[in-house]
Amino acid sequence: MDGGTAVAFAIGLPIFGTILILLNDRYPNIREAITITTSICLALIVFGLVPEVTAGGRPGFVLAEIVPGLPIAFKVEPLGMLFAMVASGLWVVTSIYAIGYMRSHHEVQQTRFYACFAIAISSAMGICFAGNMLTLFIFYEVLTISTYPLVTHSETKDAVKAGRTYLGILIGTSIAFLLLAIIWTWFLTGTLDFTPGGILKGKADGPILGLLLFLYMYGIGKAALMPMHRWLPAAMVAPTPVSALLHAVAVVKAGVFTVLKVIVYIFGIDTLAGIGQDDWLMYIAAFTVIAASCVALTKDNLKARLAYSTVSQLSYIILGAALANSLGIIGGGIHIAMHAFGKITLFFCAGAILVASHKTEISEMDGLGKVMPITFIFFFIGSLSVIGLPPLGGSWSKWYLMLSAAEAGQIIFMFVFMLSSLLNIAYLMPLVARGFFAEAKEDKHHHDDGHHGEISFWNGVRFGNIREAPPFCLLAMTITSVGCIMLFFYADKIYQMLAPVAGIQG
Amino acid sequence: MTEHLAALQVVIPLLCAPLCMLVRYRDWSWIVALFGSWACLIISWLLLQLVMVDGIISYHMGNWAPPLGIEYRIDKVSAFVLLIVSAIGAVITPYARESVRAEFGVNRVYLFYTAYMLCLCGLLGVTITGDAFNLFVFLEISSLSSYVLIALGKDRRALTAAYQYLVLGTIGATFIVIGIGLLYAETGTLNMADLAKRLADQPLSRTIGAAFGFLVVGISLKLALFPLHLWLPNAYTYAPSVVSAFLAATATKVAVYVLLRFLFSIFNVKLSFGVMPLDSILLVLAVIAMFAASAVAIFQTNLKRMLAYSSVAQIGYMILGISFANVNGLAAGIIHLFNHALMKGGMFLALGCIFYRIASVNINDMAGMGRRMPWTMGAFVVGGLGLIGVPLTVGFISKWYLVLGALERDWWFAAALVLLSSLLAVVYIWRVVEVAYLKPVPEDAPEIEDAPPAMLIPTWILIGASVYYGINTDLTVGVAKQAAQQLLGAG
Repeated sequence: MDGGTAVAFAIGLPIFGTILILLNDRYPNIREAITITTSICLALIVFGLVPEVTAGGRPGFVLAEIVPGLPIAFKVEPLGMLFAMVASGLWVVTSIYAIGYMRSHHEVQQTRFYACFAIAISSAMGICFAGNMLTLFIFYEVLTISTYPLVTHSETKDAVKAGRTYLGILIGTSIAFLLLAIIWTWFLTGTLDFTPGGILKGKADGPILGLLLFLYMYGIGKAALMPMHRWLPAAMVAPTPVSALLHAVAVVKAGVFTVLKVIVYIFGIDTLAGIGQDDWLMYIAAFTVIAASCVALTKDNLKARLAYSTVSQLSYIILGAALANSLGIIGGGIHIAMHAFGKITLFFCAGAILVASHKTEISEMDGLGKVMPITFIFFFIGSLSVIGLPPLGGSWSKWYLMLSAAEAGQIIFMFVFMLSSLLNIAYLMPLVARGFFAEAKEDKHHHDDGHHGEISFWNGVRFGNIREAPPFCLLAMTITSVGCIMLFFYADKIYQMLAPVAGIQG
Repeated sequence: MTEHLAALQVVIPLLCAPLCMLVRYRDWSWIVALFGSWACLIISWLLLQLVMVDGIISYHMGNWAPPLGIEYRIDKVSAFVLLIVSAIGAVITPYARESVRAEFGVNRVYLFYTAYMLCLCGLLGVTITGDAFNLFVFLEISSLSSYVLIALGKDRRALTAAYQYLVLGTIGATFIVIGIGLLYAETGTLNMADLAKRLADQPLSRTIGAAFGFLVVGISLKLALFPLHLWLPNAYTYAPSVVSAFLAATATKVAVYVLLRFLFSIFNVKLSFGVMPLDSILLVLAVIAMFAASAVAIFQTNLKRMLAYSSVAQIGYMILGISFANVNGLAAGIIHLFNHALMKGGMFLALGCIFYRIASVNINDMAGMGRRMPWTMGAFVVGGLGLIGVPLTVGFISKWYLVLGALERDWWFAAALVLLSSLLAVVYIWRVVEVAYLKPVPEDAPEIEDAPPAMLIPTWILIGASVYYGINTDLTVGVAKQAAQQLLGAG
């Protein structure tokens, strides 16, 4: 299979899977088997592209020409390759997790869930491999619309309200700002192809570029730059696998990925650094990093806390891009992968706690670590990676981002990163501490109300006093936690892969 | 044969109309209408092919040479609009069979098809003719028959709606005929090409100015430009489902075509937008229409009325494109003419399917409709995404060229307004989506099947086309750009 075909398969396969999933509505086992098989095939296809791309190849193909001179075209480059690896790899894990979670939580409309999930992955692949800004925009919108049924999955009033916020902000910003910026770019340059060095160089003067930067950054609502972040905490009403999709696999990563793409290939880091119109972006990103962490501290609901943590972590990447130097881009790129693994582990744990003990508030989780030790150990590993301590993957992205701030001569942002790490410790570690060291409050009756008697092995592992999550969930969490550790040792590989993007040779 | 295609385009539906009246036996009038509308589609397709090769086709009615005789003159703009109108007619006729029988009762069916064929004839005639007075005549044929079509609605309010439309439509027609009369007084000709030539040579007199004013106001009334849209919401709401779909997709579009014809071909760009400040007037009215009508649409409980207000807003987009008076803007207006016909026609047909099953298009009766009639509701949602302007639908293409036209004209605020106003469409479409998909089916709701295939297939043809032409724009953008160049070049 040559590169172009592989790219076409990567986008088409999940759609094919969707059709099969819909056809097997009545046979849950076959339906889930299809999901897992599709995700594994996709991951194999995507990882099969890696050697060609690292060797400098840029496989791709043209699908159709929408506007004369402006086709739907795909071209793989390292940044997209990295994102595709993260998204396709984590889809496998999330599918495994979803089987455990959705079944033991007795969720409704599971076929719709798996179908929309697959469409979302397909559009994520489209975003990864997009060869021009129009293609990226198209899949960006498809991703928003295909995840809407997932966010409103439970069909309750809260879900509908969250869906409104979700769709309102994402569609609103993308149409009002992003599309305007894209058409404006097309109007100025006559091309939207992702070109190394940027296409806006010399096409417009400073203030226009500044305005365009503003439109792009606030148009990409998925990157959750404050004050466009409200949709992310709102969307946590969705089932946990969806949160994983939003926070780690596809949606927010698509946002920051688009930010990186725009900065690198539309503006060009040299142009951006040259015109000096991006200071505001650095400060707003830094503000988002700190402010969102502070908000996270105040949240007692575990998923809400994690959601604000994501808002904060995303702005690391935006800040890295705004610093407009090679290390910032590489740091941002690596952080996409690192944060994905760390945050997905944390969300999996939050979901496991919900399934196994029906608890959502951190204050209720005293002593829970003794009941769910495995889950809490995984949560600990995920937290350390998000905080950025070695030997976990998250340490490398922070390392490069801080180096980048130093290189740009913006020492203040080094402090921002450091302060943020401290805040991360402050909002993530208490849960681990409470879980392992605090005495459980008197709510034993909740566990012994006979309701768990009907729980089978597939719905939760239990051994003595231990009441763990379903085995599928545990398996998924094991994979991502190990991933967090493995990434520490593979960061150099990612660095090598991203080096050409950031203009560093070899 | 081919040289008479232009005449056949109008003559066939004109002959089909009395034929429908004569064959009252069961569905035979439907078969006649089906033949008529499909023949029209084939002819208009052939005409478009000819025009793309040869340029302008000029047909002399009864071999009387213009400017004395009536000339049928087909250029790229009119060929394109002919295709839109006849294509919509050809798709809607098969759909009409079930829907009309359910809404009128079998005994009155032939009345519908008679008026329908006359209306089609009028609309095609307006588009094809090269004679200003002939245009007025056809406009009246289409208007009179559409009053009848609206009055056929089951709801008693259809009568008042038709009456309201009759009064306002007649005022509009009167304005148009006064305008044409003044032009005739000043130039002594009614042939459009001849008019254009003589007007270009003459200095601007008060008579020409007055004619211009009368014509613009009269046509604006026909195309329901804000604030002359008052007849439209009632007419679309209470008309039979098929009629709403047909009129929404064709009648206003033809009126927009007439405006284009007068502004660019008969008068010229210099007069319309240079001497007369029409561009800024149209710009302001279009922008108000986009926002005000969309905002009103949000608060409607009757979905047909909601779509009607949305139509007023969408007409705003077309007029906005025209007001830019550059190739991209004008092309955007023409593209949107086509695109909106597909989307809105398809959505009205979807509502017709719902009405066929539950005899209501009230939003409160839509709870769980996504599960009760999945294919119908799916069509409605895809059409709605087009109205919002989501990529891969035709709405996106329209917005793209509209914004490009605005930027080219250096009216960047208009570009921003176009995109902001689409957010209102998100609100009024998503209101329906939430009710249809996220509210449970009421306990006492009867079990219903999805609409019959005879209705679903035409609905999906239009909706499918609205996706297809959002991806493959060779036809729309290609023709519209050439048409826009032709219109601007004429000035």
